[in-house]
Amino acid sequence: MRQEVFMAGMGGQGVLLAGQLLAQTALEAGLELSWFPLYSPEVRGGRATCTLVIADGEVGSPVVGQPGSMILMDGIAVDNHLNRVRPGGLAVVNSSLAGDEVKRDDIDLVAVAATDIAAELGSERATNMVLLGAYVATTELVEEQLIEETLYRILPERHHDYIPTNVAALQRGAQLAAEQLR
Amino acid sequence: MAETKLAESVYKRPESLTDVQMRYCPGCTHGIAHRLVAEVLDELGLKERTVAIATVGCSVYAYEYFDTDAVQAAHGRGPAVATGIKRCQPDTIVFTYQGDGDLAAIGLAEVMHAATRAENFTVIFVNNAVFGMTQGQMAPTTLMGQKTTTTPQGRSVEQGGYPLNICELLAQIPGVAYLARETMTSPKRIRQAKRSLKKAFQAQAAGLGFSLVELVSSCPTWWHMKPLEALQWIEDVMLEQYPLKVFVDKLAEGQ
Amino acid sequence: MPERQLITGNEAAAEGAIAGGCRYFFGYPITPQNRIPEYMSEHLPPIGGVYIQAESEVAAINMVYGAAATGAWAMTTSSSPGISLMQEGLSYMIGAELPCVLVNMARGGPGLGNIAPAQSDYWLATRGAGHGDGRCLTFAPFSVQEIYDLVGQAFPIAQKYRNPVMILADAVLASMREPCALRDRLDPPEEKPSWAVGGDQKGRQRNIVNSLWTDPPVMEEVNLRIQQRYREAAQNETRWTEHGADDPEILVCAYGISARICQTAIEHAAEAGVACRLIRPISLFPFPTEVIADWAQRVDKVLVVELSMGQFIEDVRLAVAGACPVELFGRTGGMLVTPEEVAERIIEIA
Repeated sequence: MRQEVFMAGMGGQGVLLAGQLLAQTALEAGLELSWFPLYSPEVRGGRATCTLVIADGEVGSPVVGQPGSMILMDGIAVDNHLNRVRPGGLAVVNSSLAGDEVKRDDIDLVAVAATDIAAELGSERATNMVLLGAYVATTELVEEQLIEETLYRILPERHHDYIPTNVAALQRGAQLAAEQLR
Repeated sequence: MAETKLAESVYKRPESLTDVQMRYCPGCTHGIAHRLVAEVLDELGLKERTVAIATVGCSVYAYEYFDTDAVQAAHGRGPAVATGIKRCQPDTIVFTYQGDGDLAAIGLAEVMHAATRAENFTVIFVNNAVFGMTQGQMAPTTLMGQKTTTTPQGRSVEQGGYPLNICELLAQIPGVAYLARETMTSPKRIRQAKRSLKKAFQAQAAGLGFSLVELVSSCPTWWHMKPLEALQWIEDVMLEQYPLKVFVDKLAEGQ
Repeated sequence: MPERQLITGNEAAAEGAIAGGCRYFFGYPITPQNRIPEYMSEHLPPIGGVYIQAESEVAAINMVYGAAATGAWAMTTSSSPGISLMQEGLSYMIGAELPCVLVNMARGGPGLGNIAPAQSDYWLATRGAGHGDGRCLTFAPFSVQEIYDLVGQAFPIAQKYRNPVMILADAVLASMREPCALRDRLDPPEEKPSWAVGGDQKGRQRNIVNSLWTDPPVMEEVNLRIQQRYREAAQNETRWTEHGADDPEILVCAYGISARICQTAIEHAAEAGVACRLIRPISLFPFPTEVIADWAQRVDKVLVVELSMGQFIEDVRLAVAGACPVELFGRTGGMLVTPEEVAERIIEIA
């Protein structure tokens, strides 16, 4: 097993955090992995991307030209990166911020109105968790439950207040993805 | 008492100097400066826990003359090297011996930042207003109108800017524990210079912070003067730009 | 097995140094390696170590020079433009026969360049070390775990050969996170080397750390001693790994992050029917010349992949010595190659 997931969005959407959370969860699951971020030099407001390669053996290249899957958090991410998903791959797209741009019929597309859902749950900042929930439910790369446990482990205690919202976001994303897959 | 000690030491080379013959030009005050530093190390009993840092310029061979552990440093970098030594071995006494080219030109950043960090070592700054070893070019401390091999018409503002007064700059920095400008043009001045050197090392031994003694020095060779004329020129001309003064003395403040 | 933690390459370099016995760090901030000085400033003081933020890279390497002269296990880290500034200090350290470890998280250049990954400091790392006849012993890790391991191992190597050791990585390796098994932190040796300055000098001859030898025959003698150490390092420290087919058409040579990319690229090429073997030098100086020379006799072509426009390839060509054609696949200025692109190139030249 070797799965690449590329994540992209605007700074502040939690692209890197979503990637790190999935990476840490993969580590807890005993898998090999490599995660690397690329972002523009602005401290705030730039573009953010990261690539995560998860494998049950040697990871190989952390750099991937055509990733098997993507999480695209806004319209610019879709414009810039959707065409690079490997044919037969998967894209999880935030349809709150990317509407009609999504045009590929050779890959699986899961569209979730993540920003709207996150806002309903109380915080737009949970957008990344809605998308991550949808991604994990679709790929079954790691157990959903393990992500929730990992959240408690990696977030400093002073941020544990946010976890229930994040968990709700993960679950809602997973549920919506499951509905789309049916 | 001090006079008695000086009289005694005339007959004996300080323990902290080797018996290597120095290669300085006749009439150069580097020899006096070396001797004063060595006498201070002897008198304070520091010889066997001192590291001397030789820099680049006429005093590049200082490691041959001081009979202590020694490190030769790149041009201007003595205070950075001293920082590395002192931070690893706080109980070792460390001093750099730097000329005006080394300290005031290429090494200005290193000496300033060592002072801002209150690094606990001592700088001996020999200011003779000229690059000696490279044959008499303009230094940052060259006086206005002074002729050197690169200011043949005399230093002008247009070409060389203004002289740099290092002590006056350093005096503003809180990390400085002892700071004085001295010269060696007469026995009296020499004794005063030694008092300042001793205080600088005492400040270091007491862990008070950065100490520096500027020694306004002569370069008969590149000033094209006889040794006595050169000493007189210091008194008549150089000290106007570089007045003798104890700028900072935290030892005295502590008393 | 110790628990594995998900850490960045920068953190691995910092913790690897501490675990290897380093207690003295002098540095100056520069992206993309800032996490190293940050980590050191947090972790060294509580264990009796020293972190100093220098006023420049020039000062930082000279602080390392002073620290090394006392026999302390000292290091600095930087990225390309900062390593340029350290060349003077490195030359003096080689001349004075002093050990140290430095890490270069290389970025795109020349000039201020950018903060993207590059391998264009290959010459700076392997030929550099300023003026004179000296070089840095240079090692190039390709994973977070290997950064951790190599940085730790670099300290005794530097001491053994009394020469600076450079760990050459890049902006991807600096910022990527991978699982890393952390060992207990070793204490630095208590005994100081016989040549170290400082401390109590009673009962021993004074020590002088110096690179000034005005008499050419003496300076030549120093240089020949240094060269002899490089020959010993070639015997003892030459390292590489090999991956892929035992009966290859194409030999691929790459180091560091490029080698990671090539690991996957040769799998893609194999799927397309082109058998490749990847040789990855870990030590860049000393260079694993013999193994490349051997394989060059048995393949049709050699492909060199590097994030620079023909630096690393020179060492490969010296090893291949005309036995077969050697081709370059390079990107520069902070651009990465992808495994797909490398595979395509392999298939093209096969």
